[in-house]
Amino acid sequence: MLLTITGLGLGAMYFLVASGLSLIYGLMGVLNFAHGAFITVGAYLAWWFGEQIGGGAGTRLVVGGAFGIAGGALLAALVELSLIRPLYRRPIEQVLVTVGLALALGALVQGIWGADPKPFPVPSWMIDTTTILGANVPNDRFLEIGVAALVLLGLTAFLRYTRFGLVIRAGVENRAMVSALGIDVRRAFTIVFALGGALAALAGVLSGVYFGVVDPTRGTSLLIFAFIVVVIGGFGSIGGSAIAAVAVGLIQQYANYYASSGTGDLAVVLLLAVVLLVRPSGLSPKVAH
Amino acid sequence: MTPALSVGDLHVHLGESHVLQGISFDVPSGGVTALLGRNGVGKTTTLRALMGLVPRSRGAIVLAGDDVTRLPTHAVVRRGVGYVPEDRDVFAGLTVEENLRLAERTPAPRYELVHDLFPELRERAGQRAGTLSGGQQQMVAIARALLNENSLLLVDEPTKGLAPLLVTEVAAALERAAELSTILLVEQNLRVVQRVARDVVVLDAGRVVHAGPAEELLADPDHVRRLLGVHGAATVEEGRPGA
Repeated sequence: MLLTITGLGLGAMYFLVASGLSLIYGLMGVLNFAHGAFITVGAYLAWWFGEQIGGGAGTRLVVGGAFGIAGGALLAALVELSLIRPLYRRPIEQVLVTVGLALALGALVQGIWGADPKPFPVPSWMIDTTTILGANVPNDRFLEIGVAALVLLGLTAFLRYTRFGLVIRAGVENRAMVSALGIDVRRAFTIVFALGGALAALAGVLSGVYFGVVDPTRGTSLLIFAFIVVVIGGFGSIGGSAIAAVAVGLIQQYANYYASSGTGDLAVVLLLAVVLLVRPSGLSPKVAH
Repeated sequence: MTPALSVGDLHVHLGESHVLQGISFDVPSGGVTALLGRNGVGKTTTLRALMGLVPRSRGAIVLAGDDVTRLPTHAVVRRGVGYVPEDRDVFAGLTVEENLRLAERTPAPRYELVHDLFPELRERAGQRAGTLSGGQQQMVAIARALLNENSLLLVDEPTKGLAPLLVTEVAAALERAAELSTILLVEQNLRVVQRVARDVVVLDAGRVVHAGPAEELLADPDHVRRLLGVHGAATVEEGRPGA
C-alpha cells in the first residue's frame, strides 16, 4: 500500500509537469527543454518567498507556493513572448534555445541561492503518517495525489467547457485551420505556455514537500520522466498523460522495491520502449482531452 | 466598382519551387469567380497565399480596396474572408457543434442559414467530426465559412471526392452562398463551374493565362481543351478534367 501511494504521489508530480509539456508540444510543436527550469525556479521562488514572509510552515508553504506558481507562469509567458515566438517554424533553433535557457536558468538559480539543498517548509501534519491497511503512509502523498487529481479535473473542464479550451483542442489538431477561422492562435500559445509554467512550478512546490528540500537539479530529474510520460501518453493528450504518469510512478516504485534500488528507472525506459514498439503515437495521440 | 479582391503580381516560393510566378487578377463583387487549371498549376497555393497560410515572396492582395498583403491569417479572416480548404480540415476530435462554435466570429452567427442548407448538421451536432462521411465533413467545412457574414469566400474544390448527389447539394449551397458573398472557387468539376460561375480565371504553370466570363470560355471546347486539358462545355456533364 505504501509503495502504491508513494508511486501515485510521484506520478502526480510527473503528471503536473507532463501535462504542460504535452499541451505545449501538442499545440505549438515546441519541444520545451526549459520546462525543467520552470520547476526549479517555481520551487526556489516558493522557498525564497516563504523565507521572506516568515511564520509557520503552513503559511510559508501556501503563500510561498502561490508566489512560486505565479512566478513560474510569468517566467514561461516571458520566455514564449521573447524567445519562442520569433522561432516558430524553426524547430532546431527552438531546441537550442530551450536547452540553452535550461542551462542558463539552472546556473542562475545556483548562482543566487547556491548548490546546497534548501529545507522546504512542510507542515508537521504532512510529515505525520496515516495507517492504511497496515501501512504508514506519509500524509503529503495524499496532498500530491489530491492536487494532481484536481488539476486533471480542472484542465479537463477547462478544455471541454471553455471557448479557450476549444481553441486549444482545435489548435492541437490543426493550428493553421484555427487561424483560418479568424482566431489569433499566438495568444493561445502564450496562455498555454504560461499554464504549463504554472503547472511546472506547482510540481516544483509539491516536489519540495515530497522530498523536504529543493535543489538546483530538481527540474532536470523530474523533466526526464515527464518527457517519458508525454511520449507514452501521446503528445497533446491530458488524459493520456495522467494514465502514463500513474503507470510510470507505480512501475518505478515497484521495480525499485521488488527488484533492486535503481531498477525503477530501467523499468520505466523498458515501458517506454514497449509502448513505442506497440503504439508509437502513444496511448492517446494528438487530441487534447 | 471596386473589385471584391484584387491580386497583383503575386509570387510564392515553396521550397525550391516558384509556384506562383506573378499572378494578377480581379474578382468582381458579387457572384462566383472560378479559378481553374490543371492539377499542380497553383490554384490551391493561390487561395492559401490569399489567406496568409503560405509565405508570399512578392505582390499585393487588396480586399475591397484594403491592402491585406502583410496581415496574418486571422486578421485577413477578420476583414470578412471565409475559407473552405481543399481537404475540409474539420477538427476530427471536436463535435460538429464544436466545429461550428469555434468558427463563430459575430454576435449573431447564422445557424438558421447553415441548418437550412445542411439540416443533417443539426441532427449530427453531437457527433465527432472525424466520424462523419466525406460529404458530411464538407458540409461542416462550408457551414463554418457561412456562419459569419463574410464579404468574400475562398472555396477550394468543395466537390472533390463526393458522390454525384452530394455534388448537386454542394453546388446548390454555393449558389445560395453566392447570393450573400462574393466567391472565389477552385473547382475541377466543369459542370459545377458551368452552373455557378460568372467569371473564370485560368492558371497554367503559376501564371494567369486566361480571364473572362465563364460562359464565353465554356462555350469554346477547343479553348477549354487547350487551357484545361479536357473536352469543352459539350462534355462537361462528365465532369472532371484530367491530371
